[in-house]
Order: sequence, then structure tokens, then C-alpha cells
Amino acid sequence: MKPARFDYIRAVDVAEAHAALAEFGNDARVLAGGQTLMPMLSMRLVRPKAVIDIMHVPTLRGIDAGGSDIRVGAGVRQAELLAWPALGEALPLLKAALPWVGHAQTRSRGTVCGSVAHADPSAEIPLCLLALDASIELSSRRGRRRVKAADFFTGMMTTARAENELIEAVHIPKMQQGAGYAFREFGRRHGDFAIVACAAIVTGTNVRFAVGGVADTPALRDFGAVDGTALADALDAFAWDLDARDDLHATARYRRELVRQMGRAVIEEARRCRG
Amino acid sequence: MSKAVSVPSAQWCGQSVERVEDAALLTGRGRFIDDLGVKAGTLHAAILRSPHAHARIAAIRVQAARMLPGVAAVLTGAEVTELSASLVVGVKAPIECWPIAVDRVRYVGEPVAVVVASSRYVAEDALDLIEVDYETLPVVVDPVAALDPTAPVLHEGLKSNLASERLFRYGDPEKAFAEAAHRVSVTIRYPRNSCTPMETYGIVAEYDAAEDAYDVLANFMGPFSLHAVMARALKVPGNRFRLRTPPDSGGSFGVKQGVFPYIVLMGVAARATGRPVKWIEDRLEHLTASVSATNRVTTLDAAVDADGCVRALAWDQIEDVGAHIRAPEPATLYRMHGNLTGAYDIRHVSVRNRVVLTNKTPTGLNRGFGGPQVYYALERLMQRIAVELKLDPVEVIRRNLIPSGSFPYRTATGALLDSGDYVHAFETALRDGGFAELRERRTKARAEGRIYGIGLTAVVEPSVSNMGYITTVLSPEERRKAGPKNGAQATATVTLDPLGGVSVHVASVPQGQGHRTVLAQIVADELGLKPSDIRVVAELDTARDAWSIASGNYSSRFAAATGGAAKLAAEKIKAKLARMAASQLNVAADEIEFSGGRVCARGNPDNAIPFARLAATSHWSPGLVPEENQALRETVFWSPPELTPPTKDDEINSSLCHGFIFDFCGVEIDPVIGAVRIDKYITMHDCGRILHPGMVAGQVTGGFAHAVGAALYEEYAYAEDGSFLTGTFADYLVPTAMEVPEPVILHVETPSPFTPLGTKGVGEGNCMSTPVCIANAVADALGIASIDLPLTPAKIAGHIHGAESAPPPTRPAPVGGKGRTLRGAGEAQVNVPPETVWRMLLDPKTLEAIIPGAHGVTKISDTHFRAEVTLSVGPVTGRYKADIKLSDLHEPRAVTLTGVVTGALGNARGAGRVRLTAIETGTKVVYDYDAEIGGKVASIGGRLLDGAAKVVIKQFFAALVRQTGGKAEKRGFFGRLFGKGA
Repeated sequence: MKPARFDYIRAVDVAEAHAALAEFGNDARVLAGGQTLMPMLSMRLVRPKAVIDIMHVPTLRGIDAGGSDIRVGAGVRQAELLAWPALGEALPLLKAALPWVGHAQTRSRGTVCGSVAHADPSAEIPLCLLALDASIELSSRRGRRRVKAADFFTGMMTTARAENELIEAVHIPKMQQGAGYAFREFGRRHGDFAIVACAAIVTGTNVRFAVGGVADTPALRDFGAVDGTALADALDAFAWDLDARDDLHATARYRRELVRQMGRAVIEEARRCRG
Repeated sequence: MSKAVSVPSAQWCGQSVERVEDAALLTGRGRFIDDLGVKAGTLHAAILRSPHAHARIAAIRVQAARMLPGVAAVLTGAEVTELSASLVVGVKAPIECWPIAVDRVRYVGEPVAVVVASSRYVAEDALDLIEVDYETLPVVVDPVAALDPTAPVLHEGLKSNLASERLFRYGDPEKAFAEAAHRVSVTIRYPRNSCTPMETYGIVAEYDAAEDAYDVLANFMGPFSLHAVMARALKVPGNRFRLRTPPDSGGSFGVKQGVFPYIVLMGVAARATGRPVKWIEDRLEHLTASVSATNRVTTLDAAVDADGCVRALAWDQIEDVGAHIRAPEPATLYRMHGNLTGAYDIRHVSVRNRVVLTNKTPTGLNRGFGGPQVYYALERLMQRIAVELKLDPVEVIRRNLIPSGSFPYRTATGALLDSGDYVHAFETALRDGGFAELRERRTKARAEGRIYGIGLTAVVEPSVSNMGYITTVLSPEERRKAGPKNGAQATATVTLDPLGGVSVHVASVPQGQGHRTVLAQIVADELGLKPSDIRVVAELDTARDAWSIASGNYSSRFAAATGGAAKLAAEKIKAKLARMAASQLNVAADEIEFSGGRVCARGNPDNAIPFARLAATSHWSPGLVPEENQALRETVFWSPPELTPPTKDDEINSSLCHGFIFDFCGVEIDPVIGAVRIDKYITMHDCGRILHPGMVAGQVTGGFAHAVGAALYEEYAYAEDGSFLTGTFADYLVPTAMEVPEPVILHVETPSPFTPLGTKGVGEGNCMSTPVCIANAVADALGIASIDLPLTPAKIAGHIHGAESAPPPTRPAPVGGKGRTLRGAGEAQVNVPPETVWRMLLDPKTLEAIIPGAHGVTKISDTHFRAEVTLSVGPVTGRYKADIKLSDLHEPRAVTLTGVVTGALGNARGAGRVRLTAIETGTKVVYDYDAEIGGKVASIGGRLLDGAAKVVIKQFFAALVRQTGGKAEKRGFFGRLFGKGA
């Protein structure tokens, strides 16, 4: 379990990172917190020619709440965001979800944007970004663009990032007044990959519900202002549409049932939070 | 009644003194094998392992690996068989057992080649350059299926997969069954699991060509009967195979017995290269290919009276030892042979034992060793008796327990239960553990509509194995020919140095338990010293130290056997010192007392000499001491006479000591998730005399934690094709402190009359009692008759979720695959007519453009292609060779593609059917596929494989669409195609 040979490039600014990405393209991997990349390197699941370390780029290290969105830079660790004093006010959904991301030890190294880049179908952060209509800021030597989370996660560990692009930040809309937010998850042990993770945002006119761990990417549905049997029917239809599969830890049937039952519970919790 | 045993004036024993081991361990100063320095020039080994569960090795090409700078040697089965001999196999059967695959692989993870290089990095680089041609063979992973006459046979020498079958009969079971009012039966499929020590295997091997001798440092834990197996395999006498252990070992729980085939392998590597060779097993290797407990299929029947008294048992055990019967297997099956009646007074027993080979990793020692499998069946049966006869489960246990006052008690199958008062311990636990309150808790919970259940278990915990029990697998005739094997030699040496200091050496090879602390307590008590006056050395060197075949760290033998031997060695040296003191103090030797660091005349404490001065006498003034009384160093070898060989009637006293455990627990099940919460757990132990209460609590708690893992989380899972599915701790789920509640531990103490200190083992009991206790509680909560481990939420939810709604009519029925087969289906539209698509699918040039990452497509025939491909799923990139055949060609409407893909990351075989239909805008391509994926990706990325397959197929059709000049519909097209809710 030792990595194959690779070049280690420590970028000191974004331009260096862009240059290295332009040079190596898909043969490069960006190293941020390393909580996924390092084990994958050791198991030789990834064999990049170059690893570009961006954690020494000062401009990537901040949380910016100045605008209408919260901008979380690529160097921000999950533990930093969780400890950010304004998190509960600004992003209650992430406040609820971040403690479910791995363990305290992995959160102290892992970054918010790293989780977005990896796009694991069970990951909590992509799920929240999708539910919150967040966007991902991508940059390269050629320019800069923002992609909505809904368009970014295109498949299992597959995203809309081009091979020369760096995820510089994510932009997460602040809490809407009058909306309630809730998050629930079930994994076999605390910190395990979610078997089912659910996020709900309830407003006066809509129930928004997002599910991770079931389909290949996080999945979202707006149910409208439904309740009672109509909500149960909507959850049932969504549960079927997610195309759940059997794996070692759970059956497809089990996942569908959790979408229905945990889904209802998380939606009710969000409704109560509107308060 | 139990005999009273003489115990020394206990000053230190019985106290939870501070562990001498902890200061180093807690400050990062432990000396584990990977931390120790190695000699200059030491090489590092890496092992290429089989991705297939069963295959013939047609060719291995190692030239490129040998040429890599830094590589010293590449060894395959051919080199290893030349320099060593097959490992001795424990049953009489014409089969061989090598530490590396010879011409054929029989399980995923079996070593195929060893690279020895200047660093582990280079060695792993070289592994990537080795090419192996495998011709896959049919696979059998299920032990019952392996017995089918049509099943693939693993070892032709056996002609079937049945390696051993023995029938046993004790008392008159047929009569008891004929006369009994009821017959109650359970069938159990006990899964594979392991105790997964924190530190993996490690070896540094050297070979001295001048003396034809091996010197190996390894974190091996015994039993040292395997020293003989290793020396024979290396083709040297025992005195030319020096085996040493490092000062610290990071846990074992039995598992580090399994390092021994690698010791042979690395010995051969050291010999082949003439340099020291170091190998540290990594976690993927450990989970895939170290050892685990056996999985077992047991049918157990009881003949039961109307009042619930069990008259007879009929055992049918099918033991799955994996692909080889590696020593000391089939010991897991026979370790409990004397204890097949558990804690109960049952006189009639029949047993059918079959040992079966399957395409899985060979098994070995693991905490509990046979106990979890036996008690899962026996204690599920006891609960079923209560349910089926509508009796109180407490009453069923009470009526069957071995009565008070009948110890030592000889069981029907031959065990001599040394001491105990099971009824007293049982009643005490019910009272002090609050059983009545627990029942009220259940009543209240159920009244509130919660899912709550109670489980109970009574077990006998054997310790100090009889080295002869394994010969019960042989017929009496075979045993007569082989000569008797029995006993459990324990050794201890007490040494006095010239300053009067006391050193103790034992061959118990601790793996973190705290042996050194307890030995210091024992010897300090004997010699009237403080534990800090005693220095204990526990690393072992077979060239210098006292040891025997039973040495090592297993069968919970430390407190009873090693501790006892240390007491005897200290007594021996004390007796000599007392005689010496008697002459100096002018009193009789039996009037000498050792206390407070002084040796004095009884009743006259002023007539004394310091211990240190007396102890140094034989060094400085041997002339003053008669030779036979010189006190310098005393070694004791102790083996209890009760451990006799199997009788001609196959009765076997399989262990020396027998503790008693009675557990009960309450569990609550989450009605949505199906997760089990252990609400309350009480465990009562009688483990004889307790030397260190803190360590006993540690052993009980640790065993309990392992058992919670076995009950709720852990399984070494295999796909039907033999792929190993739990290669990381993300899939092999070990409970953490978050998941393990604290049990309530109760004790009664009945000293063993057979051990010098009255002690018994305590390290494994909860691995035997707890899994079934939790399962009994879950079965009670759900009201179900049959339940197998692990009790996963999805499995439990199957009993509580009820019927599911019908899928929406617009949606095809769910494509659930059986086992780990991946299935999928989809469609795409392209802007050219079917004829064009058809030509493209059959044209190497186009295929090269549309097969994701294809570097070169070679046309072997019109319907046979080979390609080199680089597949990427997210960041995971691997190079593969693909071999694709086309069949069922209906030009231009339909074709079936069958393919095999192999690469370092894994392999896949599957079939895809493609149908082309002309539509207005061109062609509709409809496809479906099924595939089985094995190798590394299956072991470490199981939950992602479905999605990964979809990604690759999506890439293929996207390229096809591009190539035809078509354009994928923008939003929703792929979403619909690949089943995403967009």
C-alpha cells in the first residue's frame, strides 16, 4: 500500500495551480485535505503524474460572508466551517449536516471543496449544496465560471469540472427567512458512509427534499406545498425513482423505506423549525 | 465439591496494580516490529495476490519486474517449492499446503509472487509489472454447496471437498431421542468474522548460508507447535530455525498465529537473496488474506422432556476452513469437543463433524476459537426449547444447569469441568443484575408499542487447551499409529542477578494483555518483594529461552498456565533461598519467612538478612552453598496431568480449566431503521481466582466489544464468484467506543483445583456468550425463530417494514441482481441508421474511438476483439486488457457482447445485449448488461461499483453518439437514460 511515483507540486498561488493543471490535465490530482486522495494514492487506485497541493495558497483559505452568498474557499477545512460562529445563523442546514461528515479527525483535515470535488454519492456536503442551490466556482488559466450544484454532480464521483479547472470556492445562499431546515442520516456506525442521508427545506409554499446515498448522485425534488397522504405519495414516487440498489450494507428495498420514513421525519422536523 | 487450593499470602495478587506496560505504550515508546531498526542492506518484500477465487495459473511473466532497478528477486511458486517443503496438514489426506500458489489459486488474496526490492515502494512498482495468465475455474464459496458431488473440487487429491468426516456417539442418544417428549431443532449459518488486531503481521527474516540456519523476527503469537511446522517447511532442524518475537505486539486475538506461512515465505526470500528481508502486511492484505474464524453450518437437535430438561443432543457441524487446511486447523472444530453440552447436564450426545474446503481464505485462530460457533447453536436451541414448549427461558436454563456439588464434572464428550457452582452464579446474576427489573422494562416498552426483547445465555469458557484435542479428528486407529499427543507445557524462569535482583522470563508472548505486570505480582508475593523489584521479560527467542510446543498466547492460558508456572519457579528458588537463610539465621528452613524485602526467622523479625544479599550469595560465594542448593536460575516446565489424550471412545478433556458465564441483556429495535440498541447487558463470570481485577475487567470488556462486532456489524463477505467484498474498514465494520455500551460485570470466584494459583482463563468468554445473547434478545423482540449474524439493520428491517408499495407502472421492475452481479439497462438515440451503427460496432477503428480509454483494438476475427483500455471513474484510473467476443449476431438489429476485462485494480466478466431499432431520426440503441466484478475494486469499493459501471457505459454511449455526429439531448436525456431523478 505505497503510492506509485508522482511529482509533488506545492502551489503558492492560484496561478501556479492553474499552470500545473494546464500542463498535466487529467494526469494531475489536486490535493487539499487529502482524506480521500491519500488512501486512494496508497491503494494505487489513482496514479497521477502530479499531485498539486493547494493548501499553501493563502487566497483559498477564507470564508467570505460579505455578499449575498457565503463563499467558502477551497482551502477551508470542514472543521473550520463547522466552527465558524455564524454558521447556525447563515447556513443551518450545513450546521446540522457537517457533524455527520466522517469523524472529528477527518474533518480537521478534509476540506469542504474537496468533498465537492470527489462527489461521493453518499457525501453530505454535495447533498446540502444541491438542496441549497449552491454553485461551484471553477477557474483555470482560460477563465472563471460558476456551475449550479444541480449541473455539477453528473455521476458517481464524476463532475462537470474540466480537467484543467480548479474548484476555487463554493457559493452557498444564506438562509431564507421563513424557511425551515433539517438533516438526518443513517449509516451503520457514526461517521460511516451514509446508507441514506436526507435534507429538507420547508417554506410556506414548498417542500424541498434531497437524498444522498441512494442514487449515483445526490437527488433533489420539490414537492410543492404538500402534506399528509399527498406527501407520502410524493415520497413513495421519489423513493422508486431513485433506482436504489442492493449492496453489502443494505438492500434497495431498505433504502426506499428509509427515504419514505426518514424523509417524512426530516420534512416534519424542517416544518417545525420554521417556527 | 471443589478442593480448596493453597494460595500464597496474597499481597499484590488480587489488586489492580498499575501496569508496567502502560508507560511505554501511552507515551509512544512501544517497540513494535515495524519500529525496530533493521540491518543495513535489508530488503523489503511485497506480495502479488490472486484476484480470482479459483483459477489455473497458465503463465507468470516476471522478467520486466526482475529488470526494474532495485529489485533483488521475484519468487513464484516454482522457486518457493524448490527451496521449501509443503506445510504439514493436520488431517490424513493426500493434499499439500504451500504458503504461495503453486500452479493454481484457490482464494482471492492467495500469494502468487513475492517481489524483494530495495524499498516497499519499488517492490510494489514491480508487482505492477508482473503478468499472470489465469484460466478461471468454477468457484464454490458455500460449505454446503461444496459437498455437492457436482461442485468444483479444490484439491484433486481428495476427490471431493470433504477433507474429514467423523461420527461420534456418547451415551445412548438414539434411545433418548426415541423416548423424549419433544424434539427441538435449530439450523445455524455462522458467518466468518475476525478480531482484526490494530497491528498487522510483520517479519524480518535472515538466512545464514554458512550454517544453513534461519533467524526470523516476527510478531507471531504461538502456538509454538507451529515452530515445528515452519522448520520442516524450511527443511532445517528446529535448532536451525531461530524464531524471535519483538518486545511489543499490537494485539492478536489469535489472528497472529496466521503469520506463520509468511514466515516460511520470507525465510525463502531471505535465502534466495542472501539478504535480510522485511515484510509488513498492509490492511488490505490483512483483511483479505490473514486468518479469520471459520464459518460453520450447524444443525442441532435436542431430545427434550415435557419439563424442558434436555436428554440428548445431536450435532451436525459443517466446518468451512477455506481453501487449505492450514495448521492447526481443523482445530476450531475440535477445541470445543469436550464442551458440546455447554453448561448443562446432558449425558447423551451424537456428533457428525465434517470439514469442508471452499474458495475462501484459509481460517485460523481467532478469539473464542470454536466457542462462538458452538454456543450460537446451543443457546439458540435453549431459547427455542423455551418458546416451543411455552416455558420460561430462565427456567429452561435453570433445569438443565450442571447441579451444584458435582464438580469436578466429567461431560459426556470427555471434558473434566474443574470447578464451579453454576446454579449459584446463575441465581446471583439474576438477583444482582436486576433480571426482574429488566422484565418490567420489557413489559413497559411493549405496552408503549416499542420493539424490545430479552436474551439469556449460559456458557462454559474453556481455557488452557490440551495440545492433544486436535487428534480427536483422527480415528482411534490413526491415533494409535501416530502416538499419543496431549498436555500443555507452560514454562517460566526466575533468575537472581549478582545484585540480588529478580528477573522473570516466560514464553507467553503477550500481545498487549499485561502479562509482565501480573507475573511481577505473582513472583513478588512469593518472594516477599514489591512488583517493581521484579523485572519481567516476555519477548521470546527460541534459540535461548525455555519454551515448548504449547508456548504462546492463546486459549486464554496465561493466568492459569504461565502464571502458575511462574509461581512454581519462584517457589523453587524460594525453597533454596530458605535453606540458605536457615543456615545463616540458625533456624529450620520451614521457619524462614520472606516479607518486605527481608528474609527472617518466623517470630523473630530481627533475626533477618536483606533479600538482595541472600539472593546474591550463589554468585559471590558459591563455596558457601552446596551445589544442589545454588540459587541462580530456576526454570519450571509445568503440564497438568488432567490433560490426557483422547480415549479410545473419543472422549477428550479438550481444556484444563472451565470458567462459567451467565449473560442476559435487553435490546430495543428502532422501528424505522431496524438498528439494535443494547439497552442493558449483564455478564456474570466465574473465572476462578482473580489476580488483577482491572485486567479481568479489561478482558471481559474487550471480548464483549469484539462480540458486539460479531453480533451486529462484522462479516468477511464473499460474492458468489468468490470475490472478497470487505477489504477496508469502511466495509468490514468494527464497532468503535461509540457503538459499544459498557456491560455490567459480576463475579463469583471458585478457584480451579488444577492450577497452581487457582486461576482460569477469562479472555474469550464473551466472544462465546455475547453474540448469541444479543441474537436471542433480537429474536425475542421480533418473535422470530431463525436469525443469523450479523444482525444488520437491513436484515432486521425485513421483519418489521412489512409489504412495500407497488412500483409505479411507468417504471420497469427493479433490476435487483443476485449476489454482487451488476445489472443495468438503458437506451440512447443516434442520428444514423442502424446499418451504420452496426458497422461501427464491428469496426476496430470505430471501437477504438468509442470504447472509453481504448489504446488499441486488435481484431482477432470478425467476432473477436482485444483491446487495451484505460478506464476512469472519477479519480480512479486503471489500465485493463479487454477481450470481447460477439455472438447472436442479427445484422443489423441485435448483437451480444461477452467480455473479460483484467487489470491490476480488478477484473470483470459480463455480457451485454445491444438492440438497434430504426426510428425517424436515426437509430434507437437499447442495451442491457450484467457483469461480475472482482479483484481489488470489489474488495474496497463495493458500494460504488454499480455507479462506476454506469459511468463507463455512459462514456461508451456518449462517444458513440459523438462518433455518429449525433447530439445527446441536453438536459434530462442522460438523466432518464441512467435513472437519475433529475
